[in-house]
Formats: sequence, C-alpha cells, structure tokens
Amino acid sequence: MLAAIPAAIPPPPLLPHRVHEVCGPGAHGFVAIQAALHKGPVLWIGAGHASERLFPPGLVPVLDPSRLIAVGTRSETDLLWATEEGLRAGPLGLVVASPDKPLSLTAGRRLQLAAEAGRTTGLLLVRAGAGSNATETRWQAAPVLHADGVTDQGWQEWTLLKNKKGANGTWIVNWDAKARSLLVVSPPGERTGLAPLAL
Amino acid sequence: MRLWPCDGPFALVHRAANADHLHCLSPEAEARGLHRGMSLPDARAMCPALVTRPADLPREMAFLRMLARWAGRYSPWTARDGSDGVVADITGAAHLFGGEAALVADLAARLGRAGLTVRAAIADTRGAAHALARHGGGIAAPGATRAALGRLPLSALRIDSETVAGLNRLGLRRIADLADLPRAPLSRRFGAGLLLRLDQALGIQPEPLSSETGLPHFGVRMTLPEPIGLVSDVMAGLDRLLDRLSDRLAAAGQGARRLRLELGRVDRSTVLAEIGLARPMRDARRIAALFRPAVEDIDAGFGIDMMRLTVTQAEPLAARQVSAGGEVAGDRLSDLVSRLGNRLGFEAIQRFAPAESHIPERSFLTLPAAHAEAAPWPPAADAPERPILLFRPEPLVPLAPCAAEPPARFRWRRMELTRARTRGPERIAPEWWFDDPAWRNGLRDYWKVETREGWRLWLFHTPQNPDWYAHGTFA
Repeated sequence: MLAAIPAAIPPPPLLPHRVHEVCGPGAHGFVAIQAALHKGPVLWIGAGHASERLFPPGLVPVLDPSRLIAVGTRSETDLLWATEEGLRAGPLGLVVASPDKPLSLTAGRRLQLAAEAGRTTGLLLVRAGAGSNATETRWQAAPVLHADGVTDQGWQEWTLLKNKKGANGTWIVNWDAKARSLLVVSPPGERTGLAPLAL
Repeated sequence: MRLWPCDGPFALVHRAANADHLHCLSPEAEARGLHRGMSLPDARAMCPALVTRPADLPREMAFLRMLARWAGRYSPWTARDGSDGVVADITGAAHLFGGEAALVADLAARLGRAGLTVRAAIADTRGAAHALARHGGGIAAPGATRAALGRLPLSALRIDSETVAGLNRLGLRRIADLADLPRAPLSRRFGAGLLLRLDQALGIQPEPLSSETGLPHFGVRMTLPEPIGLVSDVMAGLDRLLDRLSDRLAAAGQGARRLRLELGRVDRSTVLAEIGLARPMRDARRIAALFRPAVEDIDAGFGIDMMRLTVTQAEPLAARQVSAGGEVAGDRLSDLVSRLGNRLGFEAIQRFAPAESHIPERSFLTLPAAHAEAAPWPPAADAPERPILLFRPEPLVPLAPCAAEPPARFRWRRMELTRARTRGPERIAPEWWFDDPAWRNGLRDYWKVETREGWRLWLFHTPQNPDWYAHGTFA
C-alpha cells in the first residue's frame, strides 16, 4: 500500500561539508541543479584536454554561469590537487570535479578531510561503477522518458545508490526554471483500470 | 668577473649570423690588438691565450637599466642609450656637482671603484654626446658642438653601416664633410634618416629623452651573515622583505601582480621563485602564504645567503577601507585563484561571459578568471533550449532511412540508440562574415532528440551536404 503513494518527499539534500558522487547520463544536469541549490561560487574542475566542454548558455535556466569558475587541468594529480585546494579554501559553494580514473580510498578520504576542514561540499562526476568507497553518497541520474512521448521536458530520475547516513531511494524530479526550484513528480506510468469516481 | 677572476686577455663572445664575434674585451685583450666585432677564430690566431665566455645580452640590458637607475643621482632624467650606454639629461644639474668636469670625474671615480671602465661625454645634444662618448669622450663646450663633432667619423652619427659605406665611397669620411654639403641631394640619395641624425646631433632637430626610470621600481634585498636552508627560515626572511615591500607599495598606491624572489646561494648560483597574483595586492601575510608552495620547491644547495624580492608587474591599488569581515570571502577566492593559477597556469582558470552570436561555439567567451570579474548573464526568458555539454560534431551512423527527420535508429559512440521524441528543427546559418572552418559545410538544422536509452542529444543535419551529427547532450 505504501509503495503506491508517490514519493512526494523531496530527495535529501547533499550532506554539507562532505564529498558526494554522481554517475549516469544525467550526471551533468544533476550537478547543475545541485550547484543552483548551493550558494556561492562554483569551482568546476575537469581535464583540460576533454572533448566534452561545458556549454554555459545551456546552464542559464538552471545555474547562472557567472557563478562558475572552470578549471582545466593537465593531469589527474593536478585535478585532485585542485579539488583538494578548492575544498580546503572555504569561499566556494560547491566544488565539482570529474576525475578520469576511479579514486583510491586514500584520495577519497583526503578529499573528505579537506571538505570538512574548508566547510565546503564537493561533488565528483564519476563513471558508472567507478566510485570511491569514501564517498558520502552516490547518486545516479538519468533522464526519464514517458512511454507516451508527451513527457514534460527535463524530467530526471535520481537514484541514491549509496548513502552512509540514511536510506537509499529513487525520485523523479523536474527543475522549475521560473521558480528556480526542484519539484518532485509522481513516476510516469500506465494507469491500470479506471480511477474510482470521487463523488 | 669578480666570481671567476682571470689575469690574461679576456673577452665575451656573442654568436650572431652563425659566427662568433668578440662582444666585449678586457684592456689586456685590447693591448694585444684585438677589437670589438672581430671574429673569434681571427682573435684566437692573434692571441692564443684568449679566455672567452659567452655574452649574456638580457643580463647586460638589465645591468644597463640598473646603471640608468643609478645615474639618477646626477639627474632625474636618465635612460638606456642603445645597447651599450646610458644617457642622462643634466640640464641645470651640473652645478650641484661643481661643474661638468667635476661631474664627469665624480662619475668615472665612482664607477671605477665598482670595477667598470667608463667613457663619459657631455655635449649640447644627445646625438653629440653619444658620438663623443664612443669616440674618446670629453666635454664639448656649449655652442661648440659642430667643432667638437667635425673630426669624428660618420659612424658616430647612429646611422647604419650601409649608409656609412656609401658615404665613404663618395669620399665623405668625417662629420664635418657632411655638414657643409647641400641637403637635398643627400636626402635624395641616402634617405631622410641621415639628415635627421645629423640635425639631431647638431641640435637643429630636438631629440627629447624619454626616461625609463620614471616607472617605480619595487625591490628589496637582504644579505644574510650565515647561510640558511630551512623553508621556515626562508619564509621568515621573506616576511621581513614583504613588510618593507608592502610599505613601499602602499606609499606608491600600487599593488603587486607578479613577484619574483631571487635566492643567492653560497656557491654564487641563484634560484628563482616567481608567483602571480589573481588581483593586485600588498598584504604581506597573504602574499607570504601564496609564496610557500614555490619556496618549498626550492633547492637550497649549500645554503642561501642573499634574498632579493622584486615586483615584476605592479598595478594601481587604491587604499581600501577595511571593514570587519566585509571583503574576506572575495579575498579568499582570489587567493584560491592565485594558488591554482601558480600551479596550473592562469589561463587554465576561466570564467564564462556571454557573447553576441547564434553560433553555439561563439555564443560565450572564456576569460581568464584572474583578469575578469563575474559578468552578469541575461536571463533565459525565451531563449531556445541549449545543451549542457558541447563537443566537436560527431558523425552519426543512421540505421534507418531518414530524410528530413532525425533517423529512427542510429549509432552514436558505439551505442545503438532509438529515437523517441524530437523537437526541431532550429536552423542556424553560418556567419558569412567569418570564415569558420567548422562551418564550411553550410547551414545546420538542429534537433533535440530524446532516445529510449535515456540520452538527450542535440543533433544537426546539414541539408546542403546531407549528413547527421551529434553536437551536444542535454541535462
């Protein structure tokens, strides 16, 4: 009976001053929404040679690109160093990094300690199945497609795969660009049978 | 020379046009008949005992700049003169030193004590002083410029060697020969440059001196009685230097943008640590913290006994009212950008600014964060939807027939995807006033395509050259 109630409870916010991970085809959208939910400048660290680049005009409905500081690094070591410096510095709202390789437990712990020292939240974009055990939570984000093809734009399914301090779960969310807020929507699906008329 | 004393004939050698030439000689070498500009093999043939060392032109220039600054004791208006001289405008200043002759004697004595060989000359014009200084030196009395210059060869006029050779071929060897000739044929044959130089030397044309020393120089140094080697000791020394430097910067209303720390080791070698700052600043404590990673990388060798701190780039920085906790977050952010920039390069730290273009790649600017403040972005009221990631157009392999609509099945990045929902087309034409190689295949029809596998892609079709490409992904 409980399962039939749509999950109107919003997904838990990222635990502050910890480092989190996100994977999946919608990971960049997840990062943009999380960045919009945090206050302060956002440091986005990626490999300088990556072929995929952030496209600021696409971020405008979610996140003001003027809050972004993008860093391109030459090596994985530089990337981790820049992430740690950003987390430790303190003035940033969110530090985003996309490491190429899976993080070792040591590197993950180190980032957690830096985040606690600098009181900054971190978010790593990882490949599916390439997360670190030191992460506080690991999310999977994927765009949702409605079966009938009339789905609203930008629906995303967020799944909490790992959570050190709480339960896992799945939410379907939508970003309201006008109100700049996150809406939880009921999962799309076929209705079985007619709904009883409430008179 | 002081570090490597050498008794015999000595010369600095400069390599130009694939041949080694003598650049600078010691008096002993000159006594053996060698002269400047001679080729090294000739010189060796004449004087087998010649000791040579390569010339370091940038450091010579730096030395000249330093000498020009030192010459500020005689006149505030000093500058480098060519690659081998310093010129000072001593108009109205000679009497402070007891007359012109006494000034030259004072200068020669002071520089002689420093181990320099000097030729000094004083004349009415800059050109005449230049010529006299390079041909014997001396003082030309006021108004006697023409007489003093007359006996000098034409090469003293700061003209190129080709012109000198051409004039010599005509039998003109001295400046006096030239000064009395009709001007029109000379300028027709040798160009206006020759007459300009002649007029400047004789004072017919003015030649003002532009002083380089007007730019403030911020440098402090410290010599240590005992060599040091610990990072904490160097940082302590740096703190003292920075305190003095920041006082000077504050007095001049300037902030440092780049700083260089030179550390002299006991074996007479120097090591450098250089840092850039994301914002002009003069706060000693914050600069010291930013210097720490660079100082930790330094190899102290047998110990450091000299420290010199110079501002290589300064920018105006007005005094600011310090409020309790007001600017701290901004300061910490700029410190972070400095720290990242010093390791990764300042061009790798970027901010985004909007740009006026329909072409996706040109619709935004990336600016170095150290030089750009956050620019406001216009709100996306009715702008068309744009992807969040952009990449170089990647060709699609359609697995189903398609014409005007995106293919129902296609392969992208080795994934077979099925089209679910599309929205489009949005036609974007190339900007004809720019020749962009990426847009050579004509206008593009962009589609937003949702796939059953979950990807939301930004595809485009080039109707003039039918092909499908993926250009970006949506959130």
